[in-house]
Amino acid sequence: MPTTKLSRRAATAAALSLAALIAAPAHAQETFKIGLILPMTGGQASTGKQIDNAVKLYMQQKGDTVAGKKIEIILKDDGAVPDNTKRIAQELIVNDKVNVIAGFGVTPAALAAAPLATQGKVPEIVMAAGTSIITERSPYIVRTSFTLAQSSTIIADWAAKNGIKKVATLTSDFAPGNDALNFFKQNFTAGGGEVVEEVKVPLQNPDFAPFLQRMKDSKPDAMFVFVPAGQGGTFMKQFAERGLDKTGIKVIGPGDVMDDDLLNGMGDAALGAVTAHMYSAAHPSAMNKEFVAAYKKAFGSRPGFMAVGGYDGIHLIYEALKKTGGKTDGDALVEAMKGMKWESPRGPISIDPETRDIVQNIYIRKVEKVDGELYNVEFATFEAVKDSGKTKK
Amino acid sequence: MSAANDVSTSAKASSRWRVSEVLFWIVVLACPFLFPSRYLIMTDILRLALFTLSLDLILGYAGIVSLGHAAFFGVGAYSAGLLALHGIINEPVLALIVAGLAAMVLGFFTSFLVIRGVDLTRLMVTLGIALLMEALGERFSNITGGTDGLQGIEMQPILGMFAFDMFGKTGFWYCLIVLFLLFLLARRIVHSPFGLSLRAIRNNPLRASAIGIPVNRRLIAIYTLAAFYAGIAGALFTQTTQLASLDVFSFERSADLMLVLVIGGTGYLYGGLIGAVVFKMLQELFQAITPQYWLFWIGLVLVIMVMVGRARIHRWVLWLPNLVIRQIAGRKATVVVPEADAS
Repeated sequence: MPTTKLSRRAATAAALSLAALIAAPAHAQETFKIGLILPMTGGQASTGKQIDNAVKLYMQQKGDTVAGKKIEIILKDDGAVPDNTKRIAQELIVNDKVNVIAGFGVTPAALAAAPLATQGKVPEIVMAAGTSIITERSPYIVRTSFTLAQSSTIIADWAAKNGIKKVATLTSDFAPGNDALNFFKQNFTAGGGEVVEEVKVPLQNPDFAPFLQRMKDSKPDAMFVFVPAGQGGTFMKQFAERGLDKTGIKVIGPGDVMDDDLLNGMGDAALGAVTAHMYSAAHPSAMNKEFVAAYKKAFGSRPGFMAVGGYDGIHLIYEALKKTGGKTDGDALVEAMKGMKWESPRGPISIDPETRDIVQNIYIRKVEKVDGELYNVEFATFEAVKDSGKTKK
Repeated sequence: MSAANDVSTSAKASSRWRVSEVLFWIVVLACPFLFPSRYLIMTDILRLALFTLSLDLILGYAGIVSLGHAAFFGVGAYSAGLLALHGIINEPVLALIVAGLAAMVLGFFTSFLVIRGVDLTRLMVTLGIALLMEALGERFSNITGGTDGLQGIEMQPILGMFAFDMFGKTGFWYCLIVLFLLFLLARRIVHSPFGLSLRAIRNNPLRASAIGIPVNRRLIAIYTLAAFYAGIAGALFTQTTQLASLDVFSFERSADLMLVLVIGGTGYLYGGLIGAVVFKMLQELFQAITPQYWLFWIGLVLVIMVMVGRARIHRWVLWLPNLVIRQIAGRKATVVVPEADAS
């Protein structure tokens, strides 16, 4: 009988929906809530994992009470899909009444949440995504990761000055990849270099093999590579499989491809790759040694630059809350964050009061073997680099 | 009585509204008042329900399996996004219809490919079409925005009166009304002689053509209609989230849809609606418990659901309410009977 068929199903549905809706947490007064939205599943999961780890580590070290408030992290998985990010951010702001939203593994996710940060007057701390325009999308966005412009312009200048004349580029086809490509090209051609081949790889299904063949055929001196964190391993594997490591083509680029997280598994093909970036696990400072040791002890792996972005992000939130003396409104927090300076595992950093973007040292590093493990060893430093993606406008 | 009369009486009889259906919609209407803070997830469910309804039309009634339904969803989503972004049609309802029609056009032209094969071929062809659309979206990233998606979509108020708000209230009612209207239309269609002929085709295409049903034409018609529904679902997605990126074409979207329909059951229209509720709730529940490994748990539950069988789960769920009914009204009271025992 169809009548009963329907109501029975409706009953199942109602029971389930009730269970899930009640699961929404209640709001307490004395807590300071941080909605951490990260890709914990899917292709960008390594980014989410690193940031989540780093945040946990920081809270273990510094405790979970700041200025009389108890810090509560609400971790949500958006799978790096922007419409998920948007819905989650909206629910966190509206239902959970979070004081800060943070995380954002990829640029589209960070952009999707931007209008909500503005409407809800909630600071949005970008801990990973690296496209220049992000911080311009809302006055409540503060970034603790990096921008592709910072590293790409510096590696371009370095390449032009160090005898590299012809470069083929391989970049992921989305906003950060295009940033990396444009800033590299602009500085490299200004320095007298030539880009002989330009290849854009789809972000979602990274099979580099067919593109690598084209790279090989165009016989460049070096190959400029940008792939997001987590894809570097696949890239280097296919790079070696296609025999490009034997052709003498150098790998250069922003440091994303030589992510510390995966570097040691890349094998000797990665040796000699020169990249510019804001963090290396081999950064020779006491603070970094301590950070790396603590991270390794807690999670059994090396921290990468995403972990540092997360570590500094949560630090920034802690310090801002201290500075406001426990005042939690968005405007006061963002105001407190502007111009803040501190020592991070990556070196000295600060938040540009004009753009709310990060100002940091960019290091040029070469992959070398240290104690049998591969590391990005820093050999040149550019101090207090601002995001040139904005300063030129 | 002539055969035509027979058909129309039986169609009329089966199309009468039942108490349980009315109850279902009352429960749906009650939801926004019961959970006023969860508009967004409920809107998400409504969109998924409409999308699944579209698949149910071709799978449940005409027996066309599809792993590429996201193609139409995506076309609808991008059409709505582009119309709003470039200010071509600012009024959301009009844009919604135009976006649906755009998906419908694609549905019409691809239907000729789909009707040629049988199940496995259809699976491949539909999957292929969705992949093609995704690749095209990637290729023409200057139009679609590629992986970054369309940025800066701003929706005008619906009919110039109801602006989309941050809490998703307008979006919810908008989706609910659209879903209900399209549901009414679908209900009318499947109970019409046309709908009955589709079921005949599903059960045995050869016999159906032998009794004079124009099989191919009917399949083209329903496939095109389903594409329209999927396009509307996609357009609702863009209009309520103000986003459209390549994910709208993704294989996962089509595959999830199949899961939803399997959970809810095919061929009675409510399957998609109920499946969407169960699927989203499970997802929400597990994501809240374990943001890292929720995929595992949802997979496990799906496997268990299939192993145990829907009928048995329903019997368990209904055990308590039936017990209460019996206690109140005595042993002979009408209780809600599980599917397996009822049919």
